[in-house]
Amino acid sequence: MNLNRIISPKIAQRIMKGLFWASGIITILILLVIIGYILYKGLPVVNMSFIFSNPIDSGRSGGIFPFIISSLYVTFIAILVATPLGVGAAVYLAEYAGEGTIVKLIRFGAETLASIPSIVFGLFGLAFFVVYLGLGWCVLSGGLILALMALPTILQVSEVSLEAVPKSYREGSLAIGATKWQTIYQVVLPAGIPGITTGVILGLARAISEAAAILFAVGAALSVPISIFDPARPLPLHLYIIATEGISLDNAYGTAAVLVILVLIITVVTNTLVERYSRKMMGR
Amino acid sequence: MDYRIEVEDLNVYFGESHILKDLNLKIRKNRVTSLIGPSGCGKSTFIRTLNRMNDLIDTFKHDGSVLLDGTDIYDPKIDVVDLRKKIGMVFQKPNPFPKSIFDNVAYGLRVHGISDKDVLTEKVEESLKAAALWDEVKDKMDMSAMGLSGGQQQRLCIARTIAVNPEVILMDEPASALDPISTVKIEDLVHKLKKDYTIIIVTHNMQQATRVSKYTAFFLNGEIVESGLTDKLFLEPEDKRTEDYITGRFG
Amino acid sequence: MTKYEEFLVEKGLFITAILSIIVILLIIGFIFREGFPAMESYGFLNFIFGMTWSPSDDQYGVFTMIVASIGITLLSLLFAVPLSLLCAIFLAEIAPKTMRRIMKPVIETLAGIPSVVYGFFGLIILVPFMRVHFGGTGFSMLSASLILTVMILPTIISISEDAIKSVPYEYKEASLALGATHWQTIKNVLFPAAIPGIITAVILGMGRAVGETLAVIMVAGNVAQIPNSIFDPVRALTSNIALEMGYATGLHYNALFATGIVLFIMIIILLVIANYIHYKKKVVIGGGYL
Repeated sequence: MNLNRIISPKIAQRIMKGLFWASGIITILILLVIIGYILYKGLPVVNMSFIFSNPIDSGRSGGIFPFIISSLYVTFIAILVATPLGVGAAVYLAEYAGEGTIVKLIRFGAETLASIPSIVFGLFGLAFFVVYLGLGWCVLSGGLILALMALPTILQVSEVSLEAVPKSYREGSLAIGATKWQTIYQVVLPAGIPGITTGVILGLARAISEAAAILFAVGAALSVPISIFDPARPLPLHLYIIATEGISLDNAYGTAAVLVILVLIITVVTNTLVERYSRKMMGR
Repeated sequence: MDYRIEVEDLNVYFGESHILKDLNLKIRKNRVTSLIGPSGCGKSTFIRTLNRMNDLIDTFKHDGSVLLDGTDIYDPKIDVVDLRKKIGMVFQKPNPFPKSIFDNVAYGLRVHGISDKDVLTEKVEESLKAAALWDEVKDKMDMSAMGLSGGQQQRLCIARTIAVNPEVILMDEPASALDPISTVKIEDLVHKLKKDYTIIIVTHNMQQATRVSKYTAFFLNGEIVESGLTDKLFLEPEDKRTEDYITGRFG
Repeated sequence: MTKYEEFLVEKGLFITAILSIIVILLIIGFIFREGFPAMESYGFLNFIFGMTWSPSDDQYGVFTMIVASIGITLLSLLFAVPLSLLCAIFLAEIAPKTMRRIMKPVIETLAGIPSVVYGFFGLIILVPFMRVHFGGTGFSMLSASLILTVMILPTIISISEDAIKSVPYEYKEASLALGATHWQTIKNVLFPAAIPGIITAVILGMGRAVGETLAVIMVAGNVAQIPNSIFDPVRALTSNIALEMGYATGLHYNALFATGIVLFIMIIILLVIANYIHYKKKVVIGGGYL
């Protein structure tokens, strides 16, 4: 503030405002440049045959069909496992738990789990699922690891969503003589579905983007996985392999473009859901 | 000039809502003017129009004029920042900054370019004395203002406002969040201050209006029903609505 | 539903809840189980402070990689923090509604892009650019930091924005009513009051940077050395694991797990600091001096 004599507050205000605007615009530009370039180079490669045919010559040409299937398969397993566990834990925290030490530990556990680097999950997955449990390199191992990574997200978002359900709903149900679980199952959970769905989608987004965590858990197959014990190669992993081993730049662009489009779709879907959900909540 | 502020045909809108309707009021210099009326009838909106705090709300629109010493405060040439130096505001709920007592009072001075430690110390002491808080805090100037009681915090906020040397002080129900003893202290303070400042005070408490102010304006549904000398308004109200309010028939 | 069934449901849900604790314990257990032998037989100090990582010579010193990880992270913070804070303040205080509606999905999208894609972009755009303008191979500490900067922007921006928005509105009003400009209000009142939240944001950003694997591998050069300049290639702890796990056996295998232990501990330290500040924040606003 001693600068008041050198730069008047009004001028300082104008300069800072300019800087603020610049930062916002720079951030938008960064995103536009990155996805713009990838889509620009990658979209021409993406067509029906790219999506639906198999890779030729280890991915030097051909399509990415097995990798799309791998991604879907692994993500599906991850969500299948993580959702009941995450929502169950959320229900416990929102409806049954007090504020004791166990609860604090659970929250700390979820927070920590959310911050563990993906490569550490990769190591764990290898040591535990692949080796110790003997599952080998397959869809199941990858899916289980991703389930653990998606779990905290689903838990935290679902808990918030359940806690937002008005107390009056519960009271209304209990007053009719329903039991606690009946109330939760028939009233609270349905009311929390929009928020829970958002949480699941966010968890799904995390799972679909992961590569480091499943690097040593899924093998590196080039074919479509059929059983959950078949090895797989989800899209991010495929991109990593063909980019770093210089196999096919075009296909790399194409794979990257597909991933970017997936992210855009997920972002748009989540946003529309959240907007509709909050409008519904406000309307009450 | 006898009048510090002259409001002419003022209308205030927030989006579609017409909050203040055709207000006309003249505020006398170096006097205390009370604004009374039931909750929600526009008193706070009115004083916030006087220091252009309503500019912060997107949907704010107005027509009519608000003259400070003859110049419309909404004239585009007017600098809002300077205006708020001249017209200070004390809020209903005390809102000291999470800083030390010294830094709270010195804030306005620093923001306006004064950085000399000696000058600041002198002015801070002056303001705290004028706000009747000096004795209570002179030994703990570095303590956080958040540690003071509600009444002390409000006097601190008054000291903070006085420190920038305003001509007008707007007070929005300054004592309503405080206990009776603090309220008395605040009212005494208003008495002390009126020699040097023009004070406009919004109050719910009619006794308070009679105790502190020479002039009063009665607000109802966004209009000024009646205004004039406090004594006259309370003893011989001209309008029936004023009489009803004063005698407690509503509000 | 009988009382007994209700009881079972509650206990069942309880088990799903403590699952997160169980998983953490399992993770710690298995990582340590596989990593400890390396530390034990190679020697803890030799492992942490050893300057040579060369499995073929049975050398497993990770010091160069600890330096690299920390260096990349700090450098990326250097770029990311100013930009993020400016952006956070922009969103919280300056941006008009339309701008905010645009930026929110922009930041969400930035957060959602897979790290491989960022790494890929770095590989094909940033690395050649660095090569042309700064010499060398283009694979360097700086390249890794720049990519990480973009990746941690969303984290720091959104948490800082929340922190600034939660500063009580009364402070802003009081400041403006005293005749301060908007910028003076931000600088002297809003920003200082938001500092605990902002520090949390930065620490979480650090956590993300330290833990990032693929994007870093693709642009950092992966030479296990202490760099002489930011234009030298380096190998981060995460990269080390990812690069060699595929074919490691025996002590090498254990040593990679031990690298994982180091990483894990670094993250836990950051988390503890963040939690401490979060806790302290509640105390400070109460009666302390900001």
